[in-house]
Amino acid sequence: MASETTKSHPYHMVAPSPWPAIGSLAALVMAFGGVWYMQEGPIWLFVQGVLILLWVFYRWWRDVVIEARSGVDHTDTVRHGLRMGMVLFITSEVMFFFVFFWAYFNATVPFLSGVAHDVWPPEGVVPLDPWSVPFLNTVILLSSGATVTYAHHMVRLGDNKRAARWILLTVLLGLIFTGFQAYEYVHATFPFTGGIYSSTFYLATGFHGFHVIIGTIFLIVCWFRARAGHFTPEVHVGFEAAAWYWHFVDVVWLFLFASIYWWGSLSYFTPA
Amino acid sequence: MMADQETAVAGGHDGGHDGGHGHHPTGWRRWLFSTNHKDIGTMYIVLSLVAALVGGAMSFWIRLELLDPGIQFNVFGAGEEAAYFQFYNVLVTGHAFIMVFFVVMPALIGGFGNWFVPLMIGAPDMAFPRMNNVSFWLLAAALVLLLVAAFTQGGPGTGWTIYPPLSNADFHPGAAVDLGILSLHLAGASSVLGAINLITTIFNMRAPGMTIHRMPLFCWSILVTAFLLLMAIPVLAGGLTMLLTDRNFGTAFFDAARGGDPVLWQHIFWFFGHPEVYIIIIPAFGIVSQVVSTFSRKPIFGYLGMVYAMVFIGFVGFVVWAHHMYTAGLDVDTRAYFISASLVIAVPTGIKIFSWLATMWGGSIDFRVPMMFACGFIFLFVMGGVTGVALANAGMDIAFHDTYFVVAHFHYVMAIAAVFGMFTGFYYWIGKMCGRQYPRVLARIHFWSFFIGVNVVFFPQHFSGMAGMPRRIPDYPDNYWGWNYVSSIGAFITTASTLLFFFIVWRTLTAGEKVPANQWGEGATTLEWTVESPAPFHTFEELPDMTDKQADE
Repeated sequence: MASETTKSHPYHMVAPSPWPAIGSLAALVMAFGGVWYMQEGPIWLFVQGVLILLWVFYRWWRDVVIEARSGVDHTDTVRHGLRMGMVLFITSEVMFFFVFFWAYFNATVPFLSGVAHDVWPPEGVVPLDPWSVPFLNTVILLSSGATVTYAHHMVRLGDNKRAARWILLTVLLGLIFTGFQAYEYVHATFPFTGGIYSSTFYLATGFHGFHVIIGTIFLIVCWFRARAGHFTPEVHVGFEAAAWYWHFVDVVWLFLFASIYWWGSLSYFTPA
Repeated sequence: MMADQETAVAGGHDGGHDGGHGHHPTGWRRWLFSTNHKDIGTMYIVLSLVAALVGGAMSFWIRLELLDPGIQFNVFGAGEEAAYFQFYNVLVTGHAFIMVFFVVMPALIGGFGNWFVPLMIGAPDMAFPRMNNVSFWLLAAALVLLLVAAFTQGGPGTGWTIYPPLSNADFHPGAAVDLGILSLHLAGASSVLGAINLITTIFNMRAPGMTIHRMPLFCWSILVTAFLLLMAIPVLAGGLTMLLTDRNFGTAFFDAARGGDPVLWQHIFWFFGHPEVYIIIIPAFGIVSQVVSTFSRKPIFGYLGMVYAMVFIGFVGFVVWAHHMYTAGLDVDTRAYFISASLVIAVPTGIKIFSWLATMWGGSIDFRVPMMFACGFIFLFVMGGVTGVALANAGMDIAFHDTYFVVAHFHYVMAIAAVFGMFTGFYYWIGKMCGRQYPRVLARIHFWSFFIGVNVVFFPQHFSGMAGMPRRIPDYPDNYWGWNYVSSIGAFITTASTLLFFFIVWRTLTAGEKVPANQWGEGATTLEWTVESPAPFHTFEELPDMTDKQADE
């Protein structure tokens, strides 16, 4: 059969893989461990699940990188599909953040809800000053958007070495951002369990922060890959996906800054 | 272009390392580690059949309990009525979750979608075969979590809508609801990954010449469904996360006492929930379109109208959610908007119904079993659609809300209709999937007994509902007894018919007669009928060229 040795189509027929099944098992362990922990049990089972899952991620995506490097599997068509998949994934993430903004506006805009607050922030809540650390973080994150774009230009010029340097700079900006967010959380006067203001603030910014950390890890992987010379001017889907993801968390932050940090504290900092 | 040529050349001498080509995995590895769309589709269908037994048993228990007024089966003993009422609610909840997430979706989207989207567009597999497998196994993990939840600390008795405050830590302390939430998280992750996979496959892997407007309607239905999944499931995930942190970590999203809003949950849930019911029914539209066309031996009437009716239904499905919330205290303007928007959906659904009828009109109709189920689908869907138009009106819905009229409506329009879609697909494609034909006489008995059974179950519920019979309660006043009794008789017929179906599956697999590549003759024009039956492990390694073919020819 001719198809034993050649393929006449541009698609990637992936070999069987243990990672999906093991990853699902890890998710099941995480779920049981998480419930056990929430029911006042120990946390080790949850951590166990997380560790297996991280190992699966490492092995699975290591396989993807090997396939990409083979020069056979990732044809133009396959790479087009991979980029499409990333765009669709980011679309689903947009809808995930949409809910947390909905919860926030539901609490603040009377048009949307019968129980929206007349006074926001609610009495007793001292919000963070948007033009202090949050604005600094805005500048940091926007700058990181610029540096990752510059890294993209370097990749397109075929200069992996300089690309790596600019990716590293992006990673550092991401880490500084995360550090400042942690600092803000530690010093915020409103506790996590302090009611609807805290709920919307911490879950919206918290999930954003979590996504920044994921994006940072994604970029760190790209840094290693750039140093190893993996990217060519034509073929660098992994880096493109990381950069798109980074821009996505960047845009989410702009909405967070404008609506929760700035608009949400207007009445507190500029009393009528 | 350069890269393309390079890889084509490189592929010439290095295809051998590709497990997908040389060797077929065997034994348990073939299934557990699968990257084959047909095997994964088969696993989805098996999971659906297993879950259907559990979900079906739950509904049978519900109907047995409601056969007479009073409490029939208090398994917890005298003096433990509250525990049994909770158990009854867990049955209702479990029935809904299992049927929606673990029976209909896996069968129509995971099962038939996986099997036939690549075959119909002439692609050798799905775009992301490994991710395809994780979609399946995450769903298996989710089913384990849900079943464990049902047996944990009284189980989740919240209904599938999980409304707080009933679902919060005051009224559902313990782990059951948390396990249910995490089950839905995993099922949701499975669905989102599956949706990404199906969309990418359809956009990126159609055979040469198969333009998007030549694509079979089943593929269109899956495409629309996948977009609904992609946009709706993350909204549920966000809401579930808020519920989880409200229950366990002290947030106040749905806690009115601390500035939160329980109605927000209803908004979030139904922003997901309404597209979700279209996720269930739209793939059935696709299957019915293929079958009606095949057995009328005509191309589908108004192909483009059918396509964009589905697209429009999908789009409008996102902006009608609050018609599930007319009694939640929304102001009158809001309700007026949601009434008009909901009624608009009758237009594209009308386009679909009349296009199916127009396809049959003047056709050479062959009433094989799939065609019988397709006609049954159209009847049931129209029945449920008519009561849907009634319920879309807030003024009427305030009277009907939480009565069996609503139960009758949604079981006709999306539950039973979707199950008829599944049976349509099963009888249409089982020959392609296993290479053997179903036993014809038994299949006809299955159709008639099932059709009569479900109508005897659900038609009387219109009457008991209009009389005021409430949902989600195991006991009721004596004056509702008559129609409840009739409805429960229907449950016996339906259950017997379902057992017959499982017998038919067994007979087909073990003793069915062998079928040729195209068992349906000239009416079956889509690409899956060009490959042998059963479809070999790998198909379309040489891509079919559709350049000169007409749409639907």
